[in-house]
Amino acid sequence: MAMKGTPGKRPAGDPARDAALPLAIRPVRRTDLDPIVAIDAAVTGIEKRQYWHSVFRRYGAGGDSERQFLVADAGGDVVGFVIGEVRDWEFGSPPCGWVFAIDVRLDARLDGIGTRLLDAICAAFRRAGVRKVRTMLSRDNHLILSFFRSQGMMAGPFIPLEMDLLH
Amino acid sequence: MKLQKNTRLALYSVLEFAIDPTRHISAAEIADKFGISPHHLAKVLSELARAGLVESVRGVGGGYRFTGNARRLTLMDVIQMFEELSAPEGDRREPGERTPVGRALGAVLSEIDEIAKATFSSITLATMLRLIERQQREEAAAAPQDNGRRKAAAVRSAKP
Repeated sequence: MAMKGTPGKRPAGDPARDAALPLAIRPVRRTDLDPIVAIDAAVTGIEKRQYWHSVFRRYGAGGDSERQFLVADAGGDVVGFVIGEVRDWEFGSPPCGWVFAIDVRLDARLDGIGTRLLDAICAAFRRAGVRKVRTMLSRDNHLILSFFRSQGMMAGPFIPLEMDLLH
Repeated sequence: MKLQKNTRLALYSVLEFAIDPTRHISAAEIADKFGISPHHLAKVLSELARAGLVESVRGVGGGYRFTGNARRLTLMDVIQMFEELSAPEGDRREPGERTPVGRALGAVLSEIDEIAKATFSSITLATMLRLIERQQREEAAAAPQDNGRRKAAAVRSAKP
């Protein structure tokens, strides 16, 4: 999954470039998958075309307000995306928005696009009736942790746990 | 989680300076605001100046001002100047640490250390300044209610 590098911070962008790129945040379309696969591959180093088509079927098919797959469209170019869903009553937690992927094309970073994407998915979560948004990422990923922190996110009341599954 | 005294003084100071990087603030003003020893603070400030995070300005109206990058500088960057959050593995000399019980306890303590380090490393001074602003807003919003409660209590106690 994405979630590597910095998805974008404002307001360090070049004003001339900002003016040249009217940015729209909109639901994903099937034709956006090629640039999405490319953005993810540039960050993770692995091209996962089949995976992204599967994510599109589950989150981008439309009609489900609790599943969101949004893209940042700069004058016809897809330069970023965010994906999330509403999760209900996991271990007693009231419904909350859950962001599980966000990324911005390397050459489009530092222009506030990550912030716009996160704002948009949070607005969608609010419309779906939830009042809390959560995410989870590697504690070594200081850049994207800093991004979420800069947006106001704090440690939540849940602790991620894992173990090796042996024979 | 408890930070050493010098570390806390450094964080107080650097955040106070970062609120307005154009303003020169004297060490006495910082010491007074946080109720700390000016002598102790002077050593911390000279360390921050050596690291290039603050600049000392002499003369009337002098003091220190912030010269770092609040959007890039993290709490961990400042903390590491004054203390190590956990001793490297090889330096530990605790009795019993090489027993199975000691190693199990060590694994739990390391887990806590790693989470603390990730937290400090992901919070920039700019993010902290937003948290401070939020605290100030919440205090300001709570103040009229507190005043109202105090007045009501005073009226109640004044009644025969």
